[in-house]
Amino acid sequence: MISFFGNLALVISLALALVLSLFPIVGYFLNNEWKSLARPLTLLIFIAIAIAYILLTSAFLNDEFSILYVASNSNTQLPLIYKFTAVWGGHEGSMLLWVLFLSVWSVALAMISLRHDPVTVSLSLSVIGFVLLGIIGFIFFTSNPFDLSPRIITEGNDLNPLLQDPGMAIHPPMLYLGYVGLAIPFAFSVAILIQGKFQQQQLTWLRPWLSLCWAFLTIGITLGSWWAYYELGWGGWWFWDPVENASFMPWLIATALIHSATVTESRGSFKSWFILLSIIGFALSLLGTFLVRSGVLVSVHAFASDPSRGLFILVLIGLILGISLLLFALRARVFTSNQNLNLLSKESFLLANNLFLLVASLSILLGTIYPLILDGMGLGKISVGAPYFDLIFLYLMIPLMLLIGLGIHSDWIKSSSSKFRKLIKVAIIAVILPTLIIFILDLDFSIFTLVGYWSFLWILLSTLVWAGQLFFNDKSKVAFRQQLPMIIAHSGLAIFIFGVTCVNNYSQTIEEVVALNSSIEFNEREWFFGDLREVEGPNYLAIEAEVIMTDANGTINFNPQRRIYSNQSSAMTEASIDANLSRDLFVALGDPVNGSSEWGFRFQYRPFIRLIWLGALIMAIGGIISTIMNHRKLRLA
Amino acid sequence: MTKKRIQRILFIAILIALVSIGLNLIWNAFEENLLYSFSPTQVLNNEAPAEQTIRLAGMVKEGSLINGTDLLVEFTLTDFLNEVTVQYRGITPDLFGEGQGVVVQGMMRDDIFYANENGLLAKHDENYMPPEVADILMNQ
Repeated sequence: MISFFGNLALVISLALALVLSLFPIVGYFLNNEWKSLARPLTLLIFIAIAIAYILLTSAFLNDEFSILYVASNSNTQLPLIYKFTAVWGGHEGSMLLWVLFLSVWSVALAMISLRHDPVTVSLSLSVIGFVLLGIIGFIFFTSNPFDLSPRIITEGNDLNPLLQDPGMAIHPPMLYLGYVGLAIPFAFSVAILIQGKFQQQQLTWLRPWLSLCWAFLTIGITLGSWWAYYELGWGGWWFWDPVENASFMPWLIATALIHSATVTESRGSFKSWFILLSIIGFALSLLGTFLVRSGVLVSVHAFASDPSRGLFILVLIGLILGISLLLFALRARVFTSNQNLNLLSKESFLLANNLFLLVASLSILLGTIYPLILDGMGLGKISVGAPYFDLIFLYLMIPLMLLIGLGIHSDWIKSSSSKFRKLIKVAIIAVILPTLIIFILDLDFSIFTLVGYWSFLWILLSTLVWAGQLFFNDKSKVAFRQQLPMIIAHSGLAIFIFGVTCVNNYSQTIEEVVALNSSIEFNEREWFFGDLREVEGPNYLAIEAEVIMTDANGTINFNPQRRIYSNQSSAMTEASIDANLSRDLFVALGDPVNGSSEWGFRFQYRPFIRLIWLGALIMAIGGIISTIMNHRKLRLA
Repeated sequence: MTKKRIQRILFIAILIALVSIGLNLIWNAFEENLLYSFSPTQVLNNEAPAEQTIRLAGMVKEGSLINGTDLLVEFTLTDFLNEVTVQYRGITPDLFGEGQGVVVQGMMRDDIFYANENGLLAKHDENYMPPEVADILMNQ
């Protein structure tokens, strides 16, 4: 029953998406009433997809193992909350979540922005309809979550234990909201290309969407990093795994888009650049879907390995990218503006920002897909080591960090040099202060540590000096309020850089065999392995160690576990972490050595690692505040 | 030539120089960090470069895993045609175990493959099989 109605809902949404992808565009050219179909169609598609999604969820809640997807991702013992999240725990369901979010975004666009710019928004909805058509078709024909089981199954498989975790419950939805949200600037740009005219005022209604989807993307990536840190048991926060790269590339482009949108909105220039970037951004987010979902990657995220799926998405990307770039080639000349670019203007700083972000994104793309291309052509299997990404990123980000401070203090058209003179003082403080502290405290350092602290202080101080100027020189505080999101986001970036620098340079890790009732010394702390016991969870059995840490401030208990989930044979590490703002202490339990009284342990000390995620969240908060403020401004106007 | 034109030419020349230096740095970093991946059969046929970090992919042979003292882990990696002995020091990651697919990063020396620090890569689901091994099984 569920399978039948689920398929029915998919077919209906597929048909509606076909209508949506055609009618408003045809209506635009014929200039008739078909244009106004965009809004009701968008709503109907949302209802159809939501019904399909609710049906699938209810199949999970009722242990409907006659549906193959449910049987392979859930079982009767799975805790209730993970039955909800298991819906997107596998390939098919996560694609359904993808289109659900795309239709949520399109409904929101229709409800909120249609009245501001009816023609462009209806055309945009039509473009989104085309994307929906492609992805719903992909789900229905190659990855149908409602397919029936070939035989009677009484007990399901288990959800990948790595995914049975509260962090994992919210990471994919956030990331997907951000990923999919990039469809809005993309659809907008295609709509602009179809019309052949682009007014800078149009960005006023587009920008809140851009900053909102950027904020979701930021939160999603941050949650993923945090999850990998405590769940994979390695204590790292970023691995340059292809799947991480797949989410990071669209983030870099979205960041570039936010910056170039301010130029287009304020100065009317960079129009074709903005359009090109938004096409690249959405193509990368589709490519991310392809990378993660086609099974070409060796990672925890690659659930599926069916070549027809990869081919389908590849053809879809080719179509979307091909059509939009063709349109771009035909129309881009319309948008060229003949403004001279002064080297020391805000425009050129933002252009430089965009170039660095784009090159960073393309370098990551090179490292991520080159191995796939080589493998696809049968020229051997290679991978690109993490040092490549580290190095490239460092090269590209150092100049960008320098530009941030200058860019914030620059003016449109032409900056007055007196503004930059103030910054010399800031630069001197940013260089001397950390250097002095390092020498006085006699800390280890490398040139990169220094550059890290310099960048941190440079960005933080130049942002705060700017904020102070706006705040105290203008009684009405209009300019200050206007720039508050930017100030918050850049401060968040500075905090993030501080965290990364500390973690990269002052982390400590040891792996040691410790016998029961004995202790070791690590990080000037005493670690006593006091007890070992069995713990029973809802759907797993765990061996739990008790480690008591003693230092000058007292004692802390750690209870790291190794869990064996039912239906799985290998053990999962559940690290025990004591966290505060200035440091994380991390204990993971390994395998027994010599019988059962001696165990392998991993001990880690990570200074200021929380600031990495805190900084990123502050950036996202900047994005959300910007969304709210710009949206409110729009309503008042 | 006007002053403006000279300025512009200078600007373009600097830009081109910077871009080409940048691309060169990126490409060098890229080439230095390429890791080639091999199966045990390829390694034993000397298809892999010696004394160089490579990736070795295969399945951990049933009954071969030894958790020694001092966290020294030894196991046999097989592609069902040939086998290589692998040594690793450290705590093994989740989802690593007998009968599982794994990719090991390290170096071959005197018939033993020494895995690097954090060189056991097994961050995937339980039923994972490295493509190198899957290819061999397909061709049989």
